[in-house]
Amino acid sequence: MKIGEQEVRYVAGLANLSLSGAEIARMAHDLDEILTHIDKLNELDTSAVEPMAQVLYEAGETATLREDVTGASFDNETALANAPLAGAGQFKVPKIIER
Amino acid sequence: MPTAAPPLATPEQLAKYEPVIGLEVHVQMGTKTKIFCSCPNEFGSEPNTNVCPVCLGMPGALPVLNRQAVEFAIAASLALNCQVRQASIFARKNYFYPDLPKGYQISQYDRPVSEHGWVEIVVDGQHKRIGVTRVHMEDDAGKNTHDGYRDSDRYSYVDLNRCGSPLIEIVSEPDMRSADEAYEYLTELKLAVQYAGVSNCDMEKGNLRCDANVSVRLKGAEKFGTKAEIKNLNSFRHLKMAVDHEISRQVALIESGGRVMQETRLYNPDLDETFAMRSKEEAHDYRYFPEPDLVPLTISAEWLSRVKAAMPEMPSNRRKRFVDEFGLREYDAAVLTQERALADYYETAAAASGDPKAAANWVMGDLQALLKAENRTLEDSPVSAARLGELAGMVSKGELTGKMAKDVLAKMASTGDDARTIVEREGLKAISDTGALEAIADQIIAANLKQVEQYRGGKTTVLQFFVGQVMKATRGQADPAVAKEIVERKLAG
Repeated sequence: MKIGEQEVRYVAGLANLSLSGAEIARMAHDLDEILTHIDKLNELDTSAVEPMAQVLYEAGETATLREDVTGASFDNETALANAPLAGAGQFKVPKIIER
Repeated sequence: MPTAAPPLATPEQLAKYEPVIGLEVHVQMGTKTKIFCSCPNEFGSEPNTNVCPVCLGMPGALPVLNRQAVEFAIAASLALNCQVRQASIFARKNYFYPDLPKGYQISQYDRPVSEHGWVEIVVDGQHKRIGVTRVHMEDDAGKNTHDGYRDSDRYSYVDLNRCGSPLIEIVSEPDMRSADEAYEYLTELKLAVQYAGVSNCDMEKGNLRCDANVSVRLKGAEKFGTKAEIKNLNSFRHLKMAVDHEISRQVALIESGGRVMQETRLYNPDLDETFAMRSKEEAHDYRYFPEPDLVPLTISAEWLSRVKAAMPEMPSNRRKRFVDEFGLREYDAAVLTQERALADYYETAAAASGDPKAAANWVMGDLQALLKAENRTLEDSPVSAARLGELAGMVSKGELTGKMAKDVLAKMASTGDDARTIVEREGLKAISDTGALEAIADQIIAANLKQVEQYRGGKTTVLQFFVGQVMKATRGQADPAVAKEIVERKLAG
């Protein structure tokens, strides 16, 4: 086993997901299979290959940058249209208790 | 919540330990738009009006990197003597917090925009280099407000205008050994970033934010102690106070048999204390991975050299040059380089005056007084640098006395005319012809025999009366020192 239910719970917690007991078992199984497959890929010697972060790596420097010119923003009403709770032009969320 | 005030270390205890300090500084860069979208990068707008699908983290919205933000990051890197990477990669830093609607911050991880720099500081006359580990680019989060609303006991308010503002994070090596060194490092860093034109570094607006990593170890020990990270240092004074306090807290803790915990602490300036934030182990598991929506950032040698060529002279260099080239005192050179605009102004004035030392005195003295009296900044000074330099030069050449020049400066400010125009209009001229002054002095002495008696009778303070009379007779055009010398000689004879 590459990954157990404990790890699944931990990762689910980080991702704000609540999984049922059955889902946790299924996820542990699925993720384990994926990692086993990755292990198979790891059998290839890639020590001479530069890690690739993006398939568009060869794009020129200018093609992917934006000029610093102001464009349109939402008005306040549009910005808050999807907010479950809003007030004083702001999003309202349950009290943050960190401090 | 603040707990009971922790005990602080005694001076004897503190003397046994060496503090080790590193700083993480966030600088908000002065672009017109945000880092990944074209919303205005502005402070003080109505809440949630500088937002769009990208910075609100709406599904499907894609980030596009701002060229100017990259250019500023390069300039800041060069100002901090860092090596700019030809290729750097953006990465997602994943965590949940209401001011971060995407659920991740776009930052840089194992390939930041630049590395391996340094900042030179001077503490107690000693020069020291503080290493800069790295500079990386990232987007800012929004602003949470926890207090001040009717239902603040139940809700926090979130304004996402700041979300997506372009930041650089500048991470130092753990090279500082006192709160004073940390203070100087932040001062020099700020100055360099300001000179590079990257940011105003206005701490009140949150343009410059600082976290400090602090640990202590017994003097002579090789191994670093466990560090605590102090957040919320929003002024230079707070940085110094918080670091000093944290050093003392850690030493007291160790001395009483305790152990420093690796944790994040918040500084409370009102109590002058740091206290532990609620910490969750997993809060630090950010699961970084390469940002799939952005290609790696490529900075060509041409681009880098273009930015390099446009870099202004850095403050430390300029300070040194003012001392070497213009013969200024170190202190004066430091004052004049505190802002790039002031240093530029001074250099123009110095060139126009032909007497850089005199120009320095005029810029630091009379000009500052004038600006203060009129409540103006250097940028809208009523007297240009070239004109102030000309005035300073006229005094140095003996065309005007210092006193006359002060009056002329006031008139330059009020009329907008240059010094020569005012001098000609008012017929002002320093009387350097001592023959003329001697004649005036003779007349005054002849007309004030009673005071002459007093002076010769030993009341030497009367001398000032005679000098005053000469100045009055010449409408201030005599050099007071010369007038004094002449009168003194005549009264003695």
